[in-house]
Amino acid sequence: MSALAARRRHPLATALIVLLGLLVTGVGYAAVMPSTADASTSTASADDIEQGKKLFLANCSTCHGIDAEGRNQAPSLIGVGAASVDFQVGTGRMPLAMSGPQAQEAPVRLSDEQTAQLSAYVASLGAGPSIPSQDVLDPEAGDASKGAMIFRTNCAMCHNAAGAGGALTRGKFAPNLDDVSYKHIYEAMVTGPQSMPVFPDTTITPDEKTDVIAYLATIRETPNPGGMALGKLGPVSEGLVAWIVGLTLLIGFAVWLGAKSS
Amino acid sequence: MSTNDPDHGGDGVALQEGDLPARFENPGIPEHQHRMADTDPKAAKRAERQVAFLFVLSMVGTLVMIVGYFAVKMDHDLGFIDYLNRLELSNKLLGIGMAISLLGIGVGAVHWAKTLMPDEERIDYRHLQRGSDEVRAEAVDMLATGVEESGFARRPLIRNTLIGAMALFPLPGLILFRDTGPLPGKYLATTFWKAGDRLMLDPEGGPIKASDMVLGSVAHVLPEGIEEAEHPLNEKAKAAVLLIRLEEDLLAPESLPGAHGGIVAYSKICTHMGCPVALYEQRTHHLLCPCHQSTFDLTQNCKVIFGPAKRALPQLAITVDDEGYLVAAAPFSEPTGPSYWERS
Amino acid sequence: MSDSAINKVGATTGNWLDERLGASGVVKGFSRKVFPDHWSFMLGEIALYSFVILLLSGTFLTFFFVPSAAEVVYDGPYTTLAGQHVSEAFDSTMHLSFEVRGGLLMRQIHHWAALIFVVSMIVHMFRIFFTGAFRKPREINWVIGMILAILAVVEGFLGYSLPDDLLSGNGLRIAQGIVLGIPVVGSYVSFFLFGGGFPGEAFIPRFYTLHVLLIPAIMLALITFHLILVVVHKHTQYPGPGKTNSNVVGFPLFPIYTAKAGGFFFIVFGVTALMGALFTINGIWVYGPYDPSPIGAGAQPDFYMGFLDGAVRIMPGFVEFTVWGHTVSPNIFLPTLVLPGLMVTPALLYPWIEAWVTGDKREHHLLDRPRNQPTRTGLGVMAITLYTLLWISGGNDIVATHLHLSINDITHVLRVIVFVFPPLAYLITKRICLGLQRKDREKVLHGRETGRVFRTEEGEVFELHAPLSANDRWLLVGFDSPEPAQALPATDSSGVRRPGGALEKVRQKISKFYFEDRVAPVTPAELAEAHHHGDHEEISASGGGDEKHAISSGH
Repeated sequence: MSALAARRRHPLATALIVLLGLLVTGVGYAAVMPSTADASTSTASADDIEQGKKLFLANCSTCHGIDAEGRNQAPSLIGVGAASVDFQVGTGRMPLAMSGPQAQEAPVRLSDEQTAQLSAYVASLGAGPSIPSQDVLDPEAGDASKGAMIFRTNCAMCHNAAGAGGALTRGKFAPNLDDVSYKHIYEAMVTGPQSMPVFPDTTITPDEKTDVIAYLATIRETPNPGGMALGKLGPVSEGLVAWIVGLTLLIGFAVWLGAKSS
Repeated sequence: MSTNDPDHGGDGVALQEGDLPARFENPGIPEHQHRMADTDPKAAKRAERQVAFLFVLSMVGTLVMIVGYFAVKMDHDLGFIDYLNRLELSNKLLGIGMAISLLGIGVGAVHWAKTLMPDEERIDYRHLQRGSDEVRAEAVDMLATGVEESGFARRPLIRNTLIGAMALFPLPGLILFRDTGPLPGKYLATTFWKAGDRLMLDPEGGPIKASDMVLGSVAHVLPEGIEEAEHPLNEKAKAAVLLIRLEEDLLAPESLPGAHGGIVAYSKICTHMGCPVALYEQRTHHLLCPCHQSTFDLTQNCKVIFGPAKRALPQLAITVDDEGYLVAAAPFSEPTGPSYWERS
Repeated sequence: MSDSAINKVGATTGNWLDERLGASGVVKGFSRKVFPDHWSFMLGEIALYSFVILLLSGTFLTFFFVPSAAEVVYDGPYTTLAGQHVSEAFDSTMHLSFEVRGGLLMRQIHHWAALIFVVSMIVHMFRIFFTGAFRKPREINWVIGMILAILAVVEGFLGYSLPDDLLSGNGLRIAQGIVLGIPVVGSYVSFFLFGGGFPGEAFIPRFYTLHVLLIPAIMLALITFHLILVVVHKHTQYPGPGKTNSNVVGFPLFPIYTAKAGGFFFIVFGVTALMGALFTINGIWVYGPYDPSPIGAGAQPDFYMGFLDGAVRIMPGFVEFTVWGHTVSPNIFLPTLVLPGLMVTPALLYPWIEAWVTGDKREHHLLDRPRNQPTRTGLGVMAITLYTLLWISGGNDIVATHLHLSINDITHVLRVIVFVFPPLAYLITKRICLGLQRKDREKVLHGRETGRVFRTEEGEVFELHAPLSANDRWLLVGFDSPEPAQALPATDSSGVRRPGGALEKVRQKISKFYFEDRVAPVTPAELAEAHHHGDHEEISASGGGDEKHAISSGH
């Protein structure tokens, strides 16, 4: 056993570590916290923000509050960033069509321009993740194998290994990713919409997010070498096919075999 | 209508209406109905041609398979998508060719039997499974003679020692399995985590600063140096941890000593059967196990609120080191993973 | 080749074989053995042939599969796995699927055949159950079949674990959790099974040996014995005119059944090959290699383990407790070890239970129509209902996402209905059976409906009923309907207390449960009475005379 390890067992060592830890935490916070705030790069004009505010008051303020401060069920939108608005509105989840366990993908109700204006307004309320640029969304730029590993550990438990989606508690679910645009996938990772946690650039770097997109792009394009994929749902659908297709075919042949010829 | 006629059943004679029997009698095998192929030579010829066609079809299937095998080459120079397309084509050609080849023979043979082979019912007669009384008596005699000749009954010393030997001899066979694995010892109660171990991102590697964890974010972490462990997978199966940041005031008081700001670390290994409890719902602060839907509430120190698990997920106390990286403040204070007998 | 040439070759070969093997005796004994024709008699053959397909395709797989947990770096053509650390087992499965021509087909055939094997065994077992083919003298074969089914499930699980992919690895993790949950010895058994901590490196080679050698060998021996008994007992047959308990009506083994059963092997193989060509099964390339940290949503076992997984899912966790410093986990061992025991044991013993209740010691070779055994049929449907509900519980997450329901609600509901629905299914099935039996009686007594309407001179309208032919009628009346056991006096004629009186009371109770609301078959007297009756009240135009004639010809 090394000398360091031996000394670690000293009762004072724990106290020292805790003290040190507290000190470092305080300093660390103070030093690093503001750095996340400059994630938003504001390129929007004042006019856009003004238009966005009108849209916000008309479409969002009933739930999120006049100043986007949030109410009851609806969270505060201060600091959620343009990416969050672009995702929620761009996939039709917001404005919320009807209440339910979770907001679901729906027909988009605002135009692209209106979405951009609304995003600009919300971004102006407080710094947050911005809409990703095209270069981080290019599947060609990512490493699909690395993306597969990141996806498996961070995403597959909810979205299934093939991105087919899965169940969460009380009627909520992680959606199928097959038809979600790369921009929205990226935005979901940085903003953590609804039940989904946030995967900030500090724990999964933009390059790694591109890897994930590369992986999803690959499995989308990948033909199923074994034949029909059966919804990529695994053993449940395989079991049903064995019963319904396999057994029906075989019993059909058996009935023919046992029937008297005319 | 009588549903419980006491006069029914049994093989007794009729009890009522004079000459009527108690039960209906088996009318016997109905008259044989001839098939078309039995009476019409044309139909027979047609059936013959159908069978032959099916056998020829089988030959075609076999050819498809052989040609498919040699014509579709799995060439590594193809691009990924082309390679998989090629594989799909190969699988289809081989499989469908094989299916036609087999079904041709099978369907042909059955069709042949059904249409052209004689279809008049034949009768076999059954006999009771038991032997006749004489045979049984003889068998009993033989066994008795054998027992007598062996002296099994007369020599209890031999009999009893044999029984003893037979009872003991499987034991070495059982003992041989002792070396199939070490004894558990403290293995299940400990993990790779030591105080001061940095929390490393899974799978990318690399330490995490407290500031890296924004509100609502999740990171899957492993103890520093686990890849160099003797059995990394075995260690991961006990040491995988989920790192989550939420509003500090939501945390239960018992979680606070092990938390760092709003950042908490909990074992990811389900206390039920060991699946990774990796599904974190950041709005409800629930953790869900995808295997059996045990649900743990992060705001109640990961207490079970639904499903077949009983115990809360163990918390890993964390802090930061002098470079600002998150580290374990102490090893797990209780065993991670599924329940077992020795666990107190 | 001309006929005479065939005969000559045949004679020479036959002579050669007979002088060495006594083949002529075998041919004489077996070639004209009669087998009855019915589609449901082919279910067991589907299982048998699937087993042969499994042996053939499995052997091919062993030529490429490397049963080792040693770590290698994947560098094959499936690029989204490139450079990842995988076990040799996973690597070789990928190799044989992607780089060996026909390898993927063989793997998919192997897996589909495994599913069809279990499916056909289950359906075959229920055919045997519902028709009463387990009765004396076939009780031993019922037990052998049951053991085979259990072994097939174990064998399937071992095979599912071998590729060492993420899905099967998490399945194995659950299996290890189950082993750990065994009171007192759990952690020791786990350590001996896995050669130490989970997952370790030992389980792949160990499971491989069990999967390709030990269990198939035991199954092969049991299947052989199963088939020998089928020959010894001669096949059962469905009731019908001319079919009795002491004959078997059908077609000879050679040539008819050689062609039919032999052909059916090719059909089963062909269908399996078709499924292997058209449907992906167990795409491990999508799941990736096993690692204890990640997991995919929809973590499911193969369907035959689904009912156990379902039982685990709906089991509430509060039953776990600690006592004297030990953790006892009924939330684990109740659904995984006790429940299967509770499901299998009554099924295994059923032939003896029913024989005891009916007191029937006769041999039975004529099958029951399920409706004529309403209680047994009800019990069978009850078992199926329970099994199905547990299987649905095992897919509760898939049900939730596809029907947009809350997984918690589904689980709560299932917790209740696994107890409510099976008895309900029993009652409903029994009622349906009794209804069908009454309809049969009706048909026998009043003939079948012709759809033609007859109007009397007084203006009354009747539907014409045509009398049944003797053959049609036989199917509806030719069955035994046991009566509830009669209570015997507690003492015999000489005043001595009857032994086993309490047990006898239980038997009477169960017998009453089985048979109290039985519907007896129509007797000739009842039929005559109905006709006599009909002459007065209904029309006689359809010719009661004919029916009387039919009765007398039935003598």
